[in-house]
Amino acid sequence: MKQLLIFSIVLLITSSSVAQPIEVCKTCPISTLKDGIANAKNFDTIIVKKGIYKAHNIIVDKPLTIIGENYPVIDGELKGEIITVIADNVTVDGLFIINVGNSYLEDYAAIRVKNSKNFLIQNLVLEKLFFGIYIEKSRDGKVYHNKIIGDAVEEYNSGNGIQLWYSKNVLVKHNFVQRVRDGIYLEFSDDCTIKNNVSALNVRYGLHFMFSNDDTYEDNIFENNGAGVAVMFSRRIKMYNNIFKKNWGTASYGLLLKEINDGEIKGNTFEDNTIGINVEGSNRINYKHNTFENNGWAVKVKGACYTNIFTENNFLYNSFDIAYNSKVNDNQFDRNYWSNYTGYDLNKNGIGDVPYRPVKLFSYIVNRTPETIILLRSMFIDIIDFSEKVSPVFTPDDLLDHNPQIKKLTW
Amino acid sequence: MVTIENLHKKFGKNHVLSGVDLTIADGGIFAVLGPNGSGKTTLIKSVLGMVIPDKGTITVLNENIKKSSDYRHKIDYLPQIANFPSNLKVKELIKMIKDLRKPTSEDQRLIELFKLEPFLDKKLGNLSGGTKQKVNLVLTFMFDSPIVILDEPTSGLDPISLIRLKDLIKAEKAKGKTILITSHIMSFVEEISDEIVFILEGKIYFKGSIQKLKTKTNQPDFEHAIASILSNNHA
Amino acid sequence: MLKILKYSFFDLMRSRWSYVYFAFYLLLGVVLLFLNNDLSKAVITLMNVIIVLVPLIGTIFGVMYYYNSKEFTELLLAQPLKRSSIFLGQYLGVALSLSMSLILGLGIPFVFYGLFESSAIWDFSLLLITGTFLTLIFTALAFNIALSNENKIKGFGYAILIWLFLAVIYDGLFLMTLIMFEDYPLDKVSLIGTMLNPIDLSRTLILLKLDISALLGYTGAVFKQFFGTSFGLIVSFVMLSLWVAMPILRIVFKSKKKDF
Repeated sequence: MKQLLIFSIVLLITSSSVAQPIEVCKTCPISTLKDGIANAKNFDTIIVKKGIYKAHNIIVDKPLTIIGENYPVIDGELKGEIITVIADNVTVDGLFIINVGNSYLEDYAAIRVKNSKNFLIQNLVLEKLFFGIYIEKSRDGKVYHNKIIGDAVEEYNSGNGIQLWYSKNVLVKHNFVQRVRDGIYLEFSDDCTIKNNVSALNVRYGLHFMFSNDDTYEDNIFENNGAGVAVMFSRRIKMYNNIFKKNWGTASYGLLLKEINDGEIKGNTFEDNTIGINVEGSNRINYKHNTFENNGWAVKVKGACYTNIFTENNFLYNSFDIAYNSKVNDNQFDRNYWSNYTGYDLNKNGIGDVPYRPVKLFSYIVNRTPETIILLRSMFIDIIDFSEKVSPVFTPDDLLDHNPQIKKLTW
Repeated sequence: MVTIENLHKKFGKNHVLSGVDLTIADGGIFAVLGPNGSGKTTLIKSVLGMVIPDKGTITVLNENIKKSSDYRHKIDYLPQIANFPSNLKVKELIKMIKDLRKPTSEDQRLIELFKLEPFLDKKLGNLSGGTKQKVNLVLTFMFDSPIVILDEPTSGLDPISLIRLKDLIKAEKAKGKTILITSHIMSFVEEISDEIVFILEGKIYFKGSIQKLKTKTNQPDFEHAIASILSNNHA
Repeated sequence: MLKILKYSFFDLMRSRWSYVYFAFYLLLGVVLLFLNNDLSKAVITLMNVIIVLVPLIGTIFGVMYYYNSKEFTELLLAQPLKRSSIFLGQYLGVALSLSMSLILGLGIPFVFYGLFESSAIWDFSLLLITGTFLTLIFTALAFNIALSNENKIKGFGYAILIWLFLAVIYDGLFLMTLIMFEDYPLDKVSLIGTMLNPIDLSRTLILLKLDISALLGYTGAVFKQFFGTSFGLIVSFVMLSLWVAMPILRIVFKSKKKDF
């Protein structure tokens, strides 16, 4: 380890002392980024000065560090892809890339990393894009501190902000993505970490997983998206401390879990969503220390879901806490705080003496006839909910939290 | 002057007034008499606009009273049952009625007349029936209107107050007022009224002086005259 | 009319019932705040209570006042006053004193609890506005019932019945209708059904505030326009005003024809 460190320091010193950075500017001998790359040797640094550079199809085919000074503009003039990285060890830093070409045949990106290792894409600003940062069959890289501002309106003719496809071990951190199709999209990408990003106002999802395993996303904010996060057909996804907010609309949700096994959902906040978490065919997931506040439905369970465990979550002022569409229950609820709980605690141990039944009859009725939602909070509905609570007929009778907390939980 | 033409009123199937024609000239005391349920109160209430007639016209001082309320400025009315808002004090009630109608200072004299000073600060709910009736009288007489309608003015009054009431009515008459009275006390009616109006089964059966009634029924005194009308009609 | 209003109002302000009503709300506010320790949760609980209780108290109190002040009314009728001003004055006197008890009774504990620094202030104002509307509507309905029924017992019976119908039975029938015709597009029907019942209407106003997330889960375009924009709020308030105006007009109409 020590030797490796010394070696790399030596390498760093020699490379920087040997190679002068190549400067690209409008009045320089080298006036385009393409010329700069063509003139550069491996491990050179290219500095792009402030200015507007009209270019597309820029291929980075050797290990280079490309740094923009004061955000030079690379304008693709809507002609196609702008930068394609096909070499290992490439850094792209500080560019303002605009006008990516739109196409129904090819996924043009502002910057694509293809079959590469050890890349670093950082401090970019992308506007007027189709796809933003596209990581394809690459590994061990970082996408750090980029700002992606799209203008997508429809799903079919827009692209994703940051896309990982068949990639491994990529860190996506501190990015800001808005108004694209999917803010961040992972397909067949394993062992990636998505951290501290803000993904908002996207047409489809803030974050989207497909067929990706062993990924972690944490400390992200997903706000006002078509739907917050969709995790589909994936295993062992860890979801920690994210905020899912204001995902409003028909079948809109903070988080969609579809065919997910062995996940962990911990410390997240779901606030003001039509559905907090929509669970379909997902098994063995632990929900712990999450806060569900002011959602239409905090958790909606559809189809067969087994061994999901909800412990120590806060359910605050949701119109419905839990909704089921079947009578079968194999999930556990324990030690949660439910603001709708009306029981008492005579022995003062902080746990309600009567179990809480989080599924209301009315949620079944609404499931069947959606228009009846207009009768929410009616006294008549309260009466039938109460009678169902006393003797369950339609709702799973073993669906109970035996230890409802009396005080809101803090961790 | 009050004119009533062809007045009809029924409550449900019960015809209470069926074609009453009556003219009451200016000045004098008129007693409206009749057995229970003959329509006396309905007639009076029609004049006051509290009962809406089915048919017929009523004019008070040459003004058709239909859809009008201003004419009531010219009428003082003493209702039969004096039940007032029990939370109010006597003083406040008098003040309120003055506020609703018009300012007057007559009330002081009347309060003295009926010896009501000790009750002024009491709540109406705590007063006896007779005292309430006295308050009722004060409220009626304090405005000095040309027409006075008294529905059972004597009920609950002690003898002294009764004498004072008679004097008061006579004094009002002397001012040239038209006074309409209903009462069951025949001696009171006989003593005080100039003319009587007898209602029977929703119609005016007789109108004229007591003397004329006695002659008509061939009876020596007033009470027997009335009784003979009733027994003749029910025989 | 204003004079009658003034006297009815002061008469009621002095009566025991106004204090009972005021004390009840005061207690309700204090207890809720004490139990919940949380303004927004207390507001939510209150909304559920207000929607059912204010109409009940409004109808019962309205009918009671009318029958109790019958003699007073007759005294007023003999005075040179318009009938409509007598009854409107009394009606407003009752409605305003009830509204005052509501606003002060709930307002005082909440203000002491720091309402003005809380984000719940808008929800709370909506609650009070809705409560006032419901008081105006149900007192007017009560006066209508009392004007049409000389018999006290009958009047009270109808008053309870109308409350029970609008607060509970209506929603049951409504729910059954919706389920029965679930194969048809129902969003317009359900909105119209809501408009026709003042309690449902007030409930909708509250849903708009508390449950907008759930309401937007429904697909219908009409629903979306109604709940997704200020359209719903405006329509609801217009309808509530109509609900106040209609029974008042009937009071005026009915009082002109009534015998005393």
